[in-house]
Amino acid sequence: MSLYYVQKLLYKLNRDPTLKQRFDSDQNTVLDEYSLSEEEISALKKPDIGLLYVLGVNGQLLMHYATMNGYSWPEYIQAMRDGVEHFGPVRKGLYAMIDGKGAT
Amino acid sequence: MSLVYAGTCCHSPGITSRGELADPEIRQQLLKAFDRQRQAIEDADTQAIVMVSSEHFANFFMDNMPTYAIGMADEYEGPIEDPEWLKIPRTRIPANPGLSLRIIKQVLQSVDVSYAQEWKFDHGMVVPLHFLTPDYKIPIIPVNINCQNPPFSPLSRTWELGKALRKAIDIAPERIALIGTGGTSHWPCTPDSGKINESWDNEMINHLINKRKEPLLAYTDEAIYQQAGPGGYEVRTSICIAAATEEQTGEIWFFAPIPIFATTCCITTLYQIE
Repeated sequence: MSLYYVQKLLYKLNRDPTLKQRFDSDQNTVLDEYSLSEEEISALKKPDIGLLYVLGVNGQLLMHYATMNGYSWPEYIQAMRDGVEHFGPVRKGLYAMIDGKGAT
Repeated sequence: MSLVYAGTCCHSPGITSRGELADPEIRQQLLKAFDRQRQAIEDADTQAIVMVSSEHFANFFMDNMPTYAIGMADEYEGPIEDPEWLKIPRTRIPANPGLSLRIIKQVLQSVDVSYAQEWKFDHGMVVPLHFLTPDYKIPIIPVNINCQNPPFSPLSRTWELGKALRKAIDIAPERIALIGTGGTSHWPCTPDSGKINESWDNEMINHLINKRKEPLLAYTDEAIYQQAGPGGYEVRTSICIAAATEEQTGEIWFFAPIPIFATTCCITTLYQIE
């Protein structure tokens, strides 16, 4: 698992317009530059916001990726809820600290 | 001249980005409290604002995450977020690198801090600045406390950071205001976004204005996560300001849970020059 690199890619996409342009035009080449699992690559390419949340991506990074992919705020929140419902509790990272649900 | 004003305020991006969705009367009261704080800063002839916030992966990431960082740039800019989304135009924000250097050198006598000569402000700084210095005339010294990704600093160390900042501010000849942003319960960007624990917020704010060190430092990260959400880690910014202003009892100028802003919006004054 390489949650760190998923998050690093999203962090850089938020800050680096050149990387964002490259990602938009040649996603596979950019993804190859990061040490990612097949599941992570699939979730990023789809994109599957709910799965990325369950994999442990911090919401402060994930929300920007969701917006980048056309999600409205309610759609983003719902995608995370659907992710937990479908894939189960958050597996790693900040939200796996207590119960994996992110809250409650 | 030393510290001339200190307080805390909320920094939810919803205050500007979706302000029209809140109860107009409540939002008006919030904006009035922000304006009261702006006036207090202006009335104190403030020459620089030291703003303690917790940024949200705008500048710092887990490849080199500073527990504490202080800006020392020639100028800053913000917001890093889409200005149309935040509804705050992107602008250059004045700095005072000489004052930054003096503060950093003094703080380093007792607390290890990183420094940054490049810093793009996110909503944690820009939303308060939009209301507190809307014309961006007052130089800003940004201070960041990592509240986003553990491991976090122990609260006792955050208290020491506040003490060190106060000492550094009191040595400086400039008239300086100290503002902490964030700190109440919230579950930002999670499935529970909008959830608020008003009783936790109420208790914490009362500890804060009464500078009750023992209960403030008794919070654990596990309890904060359970009761105040991942956004509750930002209580460190408030604790820092309480430590810096321990000799005065503070006042609550605004307190109201506003779910559409995803948090309890709160404005306090923790120190005023006599």
